[in-house]
Amino acid sequence: MSDTLDDDKPTRRDFLYITTGAFGVVGAASVAWPLIDQLNPDASVKAVSTIEVDISSIEPGSFLKVAWRGKPIYIRRRTNEEIADAEKDDNLNLPDPQKDMERVQKKEWLVVVGVCTHLGCIPIANQGEYEGWFCPCHGSHYDISGRIRKGPAPTNLEIPPYEFVSDSLIKIG
Amino acid sequence: MDTDYKYEPKNGLTRWLDSRLPLMRFTSEHVLQFPTPKNLNYFWTFGFILTMCLVTQIITGIILAMHYAPSTLLAFDSVEHIMRNVNYGWLIRYIHSNGASMFFLAVFIHMFRGLYYGSYKEPREVIWILGCIIYLLMIVTAFMGYVLPWGQMSFWGATVIINLVGTLPLIGESLTQMLLGGFAVDNPTLNRFFSLHYLLPFIIFGVVLLHIWALHVPGNNNPVGLSVQGKQDTVAFHPYYTVKDFFAYTVFLLLFCYFIFYNPNALGHADNYIEADAMVTPAHIVPEWYLLPFYAILRAVPDKLAGVLLMFGAIAVLFFLPWLDTAKVRSGRYRPIFRYFYVLFVIDCLILGYLGAQVPEGIYLFLSRVTTIYYFAFFLLVLPILGRIEKMKPMPIGISNSELSRDMVAAE
Ligand code: HEM
Ligand code: FES
Repeated sequence: MSDTLDDDKPTRRDFLYITTGAFGVVGAASVAWPLIDQLNPDASVKAVSTIEVDISSIEPGSFLKVAWRGKPIYIRRRTNEEIADAEKDDNLNLPDPQKDMERVQKKEWLVVVGVCTHLGCIPIANQGEYEGWFCPCHGSHYDISGRIRKGPAPTNLEIPPYEFVSDSLIKIG
Repeated sequence: MDTDYKYEPKNGLTRWLDSRLPLMRFTSEHVLQFPTPKNLNYFWTFGFILTMCLVTQIITGIILAMHYAPSTLLAFDSVEHIMRNVNYGWLIRYIHSNGASMFFLAVFIHMFRGLYYGSYKEPREVIWILGCIIYLLMIVTAFMGYVLPWGQMSFWGATVIINLVGTLPLIGESLTQMLLGGFAVDNPTLNRFFSLHYLLPFIIFGVVLLHIWALHVPGNNNPVGLSVQGKQDTVAFHPYYTVKDFFAYTVFLLLFCYFIFYNPNALGHADNYIEADAMVTPAHIVPEWYLLPFYAILRAVPDKLAGVLLMFGAIAVLFFLPWLDTAKVRSGRYRPIFRYFYVLFVIDCLILGYLGAQVPEGIYLFLSRVTTIYYFAFFLLVLPILGRIEKMKPMPIGISNSELSRDMVAAE
């Protein structure tokens, strides 16, 4: 009948097909979203994402390793020589160029996420050719500013968001 | 495949059942009497062996899950509990953990068989692709299973592998967090891995059914690679191949039992008997042996993203094999030059496996680059070109007189 008349002219039925289809897709997507979003970190995981650390007991030249979001954070109290070392290399041709100044809030305190930017192992402090960190997994060397100097890791050790609550207290996260 | 044989119900009961649920007909026509090329060698027994491996993993896995607790606080201890307290728990766990290795051993032989005899070629492309899907699912399943005992290798293996996803531009970081359910491998990760590790083997089972269905359309390939031309080329699956399959499986079980009873931890890693510690990385992270070749490819490349892409590419290229190989002749037996490249490819994969366990420095790094290049060159250069220029050896006229005609060719 109708299809013998004018085949390629849109009909009311085409309209119904398309609207039904479109509603079906939106409906399916809105049901699918909760099923996907449940995979994402939930509120309880995010809630523990700030910690406060008392740093008064850290001696110059030593460090504290604390857990934040299931990852280690290195809080390092640097000596004057170490700071000088880090600044001395500021203008070298680094793989991921950054000045030491851009990586600290107070020169004395370096706070970095202790996760190798290569594939996520934990670098060991005070080791490697630059005496900052050395990652045993595939051999990445970081300097005393946490900058990548040698090895497969592409970027410097990450700096977590943090602030000094007081002289002896840091809030991370 | 055309079967001369048709099932005839013999009595009232089977006739009654046959017209309602033709189960007996199906079993008879597709299993017992299924016409199978009569020249299959022992490489053709691995399909059956693989099915048995899957069944073994499912049975032991379901039992392990009765005693295992998927929580970061309990997982490690519950596996120790299985090993020490549960009656025969040690046996069931050793069957399951070594079973995964035996499963991969069998699947490698099965795949290399297909590669040599051209079992992926027209009209069996879909069988091959379904096989690649099964292989991919096996890798994911085994990877997730390895995380469950919550040892140091479980934890750090998972960390490194999931971090690979983070290399993807733009979506990398949020995708990683979505997979982890947090910012690092932790309880949500363990729970979802357990859930999926339970599920995936049943999905594999489903794909195996499709794989066999697709196989039963053209029927088996065979060592000479010629198509079945008639009744003279085939025998009934039962008893000829049921017996052959069971015999091969028995031999396979000997090796399996050697590992279970005499060397149950040989294929594992000692560090996995140390409970996971998010604050300390083991000095040397290695994946399970069956993933080593891919790990070697990953590390052969200095660029992180490129390494990840190549690693996935190494599996992806398998899917295109039916169209990459341009040779019309199926069996490697009649391809004199292909045989050399094939043997070299097998060796290449073994070396890659060896290199995956070494520190990627110096000579190891160099070798892993060379072997990675050959891996891809084999698929992307050798197979497409060789098929066009290679001069094939004379072929027999048919399966049933293949041995005979081989002699005749030799005599000429
Ligand atoms: C494709 C089939 C399967 C493969 C390749 C596989 C592989 C693995 C591997 C490699 C492990 C780690 C073993 C270890 O080091 O202890 C494991 C553990 C486990 N699997 Fe499976 N599995 C399969 C099927 C199943 C099924 C169907 C279940 C059922 C729920 C299951 C349940 C478990 C449990 C509870 C563990 C933790 C206990 C343990 O570590 O021994 N698996 N699996
Ligand atoms: S994870 Fe640190 S070098 Fe690879």
